[in-house]
Amino acid sequence: MVAQAVFYLLAILTVGSAAIVAFSRNVVHSAFALLGTLVGVAGIYALLAADFLWVIQLLLYVGGILVLTLFAVMLTQGIADVSISNRAVGRAPALVISAVAAAVMIFAVFKTPWHQAAKVMVGPTTYGIGNAFLDTYALPFELASIILLAALIGAVVISRPIDRRTESPSEGE
Amino acid sequence: MPGGLTLNHFLVLSLIVFALGLFCVLSRRNAIGILMGVELILNSANINYLAFAFYGGGKYDGQVFSIFVIMLAAAEAVVGLAIVLAIYQDLRTIDVDATETLSG
Repeated sequence: MVAQAVFYLLAILTVGSAAIVAFSRNVVHSAFALLGTLVGVAGIYALLAADFLWVIQLLLYVGGILVLTLFAVMLTQGIADVSISNRAVGRAPALVISAVAAAVMIFAVFKTPWHQAAKVMVGPTTYGIGNAFLDTYALPFELASIILLAALIGAVVISRPIDRRTESPSEGE
Repeated sequence: MPGGLTLNHFLVLSLIVFALGLFCVLSRRNAIGILMGVELILNSANINYLAFAFYGGGKYDGQVFSIFVIMLAAAEAVVGLAIVLAIYQDLRTIDVDATETLSG
C-alpha cells in the first residue's frame, strides 16, 4: 500500500515534469522541469531496489548533465529573455507519431507474458555491480573509459574559440 | 512483489516518459530542447532496464547496462552541448531550422 502510494507520487512528479519539458514555450522552464523528471526517476530507481543507480542518477544526471544543460541554456539565451524561446513547429504530426508509438507499446506491454522471477531480491547491489564490471563486462568497461576520453577531448576541441590568426594568415603580414 | 506493484506499472510509466521525449524531439526547434527530449528517452530506457532487472530475479546485468546508458548520456550531453555552443558562436542562433547552411 505504501509502496503504491510512493510509486504514484513519483510517477506524477516524473510525468508532470516531463510534460512541462515537452510542452513548455520557455526553454528555461523546460530545463528546470527536467530537474523534477530526473529526481522522480531517481526515486523510481530507489523503489526498484537499485541503491547504487539511485545515487549515480542524482550525482551524474542532476548534478552533472542538468547543470550542463542549464549552462548551455543561459549561455545561448539571455536570462531576461522571456519570449517564446522554445519554438515548436509541426506539433500535430509529432503528437500523432508519439501517440501511435505509445499505443503500440501499451499493446505490447499488456499482451506479452513477461518472464518474472518467483521471488525478488532486495539488498545492496554495489558488490554485484563491481564484480560484474571487472568480470563479465570488463571489455565494455574499458571501452567506456575510451569513449569518455574521446568525449572530453572532443568537447574541448569543438568549444574552443576559433583562432582568427590561423584562418587568414595573410592579414597578419 | 512489493506492495502490490507489478512490472507493468513501471513499463507503462517508462513508455509515457518515452512518448513525451519522442514528442519533444520531434516538435522542438531549439537544439537544447531536442537534447532534453533525448535525455527523457534515455531515462525511460533506464527505468525499463531496472524494472526488468528487479522483477527478473535480481541479476546485475540490467543495472550494469543502465550505468553504461548514463555514461553515454553524459558523453552525449557534453559533446552535444559543445556543438550547440559552437553553432551559437557562429550563427547567433540555435534554431535547428536556421542551421541548414550546408543544404543547397
